[in-house]
Amino acid sequence: MIMMVLIYSDTEKGALELLSKGRELADAAGRKVSVVITGPDAGSRAKRFIEHGADRVILAAPSLEGFKAEEIADVLEGIVKDEKEDVILISSTKNGKELAPRLAAMLDAGCVTDATSIDIDSGRLRVERTVYSGNAVAKEEFASTPAVITVPGKAFDPLPPDPSRTGEVIEAAVQPGGHGSRIIEVKKMVSEGVNVEDAEIIVSCGRGFKSSDDLKMLEELADTLNGVTLGCSRPIAADLKWLSDDHWIGLSGHKVKPKLYVACGISGQIQHVAGMRDSGIIVAINKDPDAPIFNSADYGIVGDLYQVIPKLVEALKARK
Amino acid sequence: MNIVVCAKQVVDVGEIKVNPSTNKPVLEGIPRKISDIDKNAMEEAIRIKEKLGGKITAMTVGPPDARERIKELLAMGADEGVLIEAPENADYHLVSRALARGIEKMGDVDIVLCGEASIDMFSGQVGPRIAGHLRIPQLTYAFRLEADEGKIRADRNMGDTMVISESTYPVVVTVTKEINEPRLPSLMQILGSANKPLNEWKMGDLGLEGEAPRVTEVDLSGVSMERKNVIFKDDLDEAVNELADRLAKEGVTG
Ligand SMILES: Cc1cc2nc3c(=O)[nH]c(=O)nc-3n(C[C@H](O)[C@H](O)[C@H](O)COP(=O)(O)OP(=O)(O)OC[C@H]3O[C@@H](n4cnc5c(N)ncnc54)[C@H](O)[C@@H]3O)c2cc1C
Ligand SMILES: Nc1ncnc2c1ncn2[C@@H]1O[C@H](COP(=O)(O)O)[C@@H](O)[C@H]1O
Repeated sequence: MIMMVLIYSDTEKGALELLSKGRELADAAGRKVSVVITGPDAGSRAKRFIEHGADRVILAAPSLEGFKAEEIADVLEGIVKDEKEDVILISSTKNGKELAPRLAAMLDAGCVTDATSIDIDSGRLRVERTVYSGNAVAKEEFASTPAVITVPGKAFDPLPPDPSRTGEVIEAAVQPGGHGSRIIEVKKMVSEGVNVEDAEIIVSCGRGFKSSDDLKMLEELADTLNGVTLGCSRPIAADLKWLSDDHWIGLSGHKVKPKLYVACGISGQIQHVAGMRDSGIIVAINKDPDAPIFNSADYGIVGDLYQVIPKLVEALKARK
Repeated sequence: MNIVVCAKQVVDVGEIKVNPSTNKPVLEGIPRKISDIDKNAMEEAIRIKEKLGGKITAMTVGPPDARERIKELLAMGADEGVLIEAPENADYHLVSRALARGIEKMGDVDIVLCGEASIDMFSGQVGPRIAGHLRIPQLTYAFRLEADEGKIRADRNMGDTMVISESTYPVVVTVTKEINEPRLPSLMQILGSANKPLNEWKMGDLGLEGEAPRVTEVDLSGVSMERKNVIFKDDLDEAVNELADRLAKEGVTG
């Protein structure tokens, strides 16, 4: 392992976060970090990456617009083969998660997704990731190079920009091949711009609510508890679409750690718990005494949420 | 349409406990099942076959007892099953290589369907990896699919965006849980599945004898969650008052 690090992210923020880890790995080995950017305006964005720690910015496929995993994988495959990069860091966005394993297969390489830590241990590249819905952490080791790793957002903080840093900007000749797939339309999902990940108090709703109008009850509870952010289980966002994906908590949604988490009408399947198990105090309101959520709760009330929530609002108000 | 559904046998993660003395998750003696979203992939395959005709093969890389999972998929509607015996320390490279070779061995496959991610590892690797090995297009995170003779169209949940894509065949498609409601097989179907072909292949049959994993697990440690579990069940008024007091005492009411 020679520790030439290559970084690709579909967002600038992601690339800056990866750069900070990439810099650390490459520095330890006295090697270089490169960032790949594609698209027509790539050149104008190069400087920012150098200020944030890149030694090289590789501009590739200027004709590419948007993101198509097949094309980006072709571009990265070409670069990795030409430049002999051996650690490839990619953001764990949905785009990154469909890109990394495809690229790994094309390179016959190992890949670990959603790594929470990346370290060199006696010359070996080791990563950790959460498995079994939060029940365990696996430590995995790469037996060969190249090594492809995806990293979730906020795992690493970007380095402070240093305007005096210098680096190379090069153009790569690689071009994506033709593919039988094409993108017809990209629709921006309605986002309410909430940030559950940094919330101090979260009140979450699940299928125990009968209609989206009833979520108003939660707003009252939110007004009583200061600074509440609304969360939800997967079906509320993904099936019913009562709330945007910003609110979705769990294994496939956001991971949260508020000081107080109140789960209302949520059964507490392990995939939901995976997203909120690091919360300070967990409260559950559910009418089924056998609902698994009570095993994951500090305090629970067995009862109909339509009765419990208004009463709880009154009780909390009385204590203000 | 010649369709392959890739399905994985997993432990029921909801049943896992952490052994406090070893700090390891206890995986032995836990029920095995088909990874949840793979049933959605199977259901979608059946719907495509109902519309366009063809054949469905359920393929898994796993231990010998994964045969039972294939039987469940045969009962649901697969025409044929393939069990590829998993080598020791199988990693994503080996599993995906084996599936890709298995698909090539079958020949003329139009659609490979996978789940967006498996319920135990939640990696989302296998679908895109198969597409990468076979160098064919991939449509990931599909929550709606429309298959026609010459092409297939997918509405894909990519987080911040909803992307509508289409592809020619052959193609790998990964589906989300929301795409459909998997059917339950009837008793007749369960009985009938015993007569459907179930092939068993070894890595050697696929030219992968001695192929080495790229990633190895060096440690697995349990993460247990201790909670107070104070549950109020009786009088609601008392319960909310008690809860409000406790929360105030914990200092978490804002
Ligand atoms: C791969 C995978 C990933 C997943 N990722 C996630 C994820 O990220 N997040 C997530 O949340 N889920 C996820 N899931 C889904 C998860 O397994 C559950 O299906 C989901 O969390 C259930 O949502 P729920 O609790 O809202 O609904 P349900 O399970 O239907 O529970 C509703 C609950 O409300 C209670 N209830 C009903 N009426 C009332 C009332 N009047 N008063 C009080 N209580 C009432 C019921 O007793 C029940 O417990 C995932 C699943 C898979 C397979
Ligand atoms: N051992 C396996 N055998 C067959 N299919 C698999 C196997 N592992 C994963 N898959 C498929 O790949 C999908 C994603 O799994 P994963 O990459 O583990 O998240 C699953 O939903 C299955 O469709």
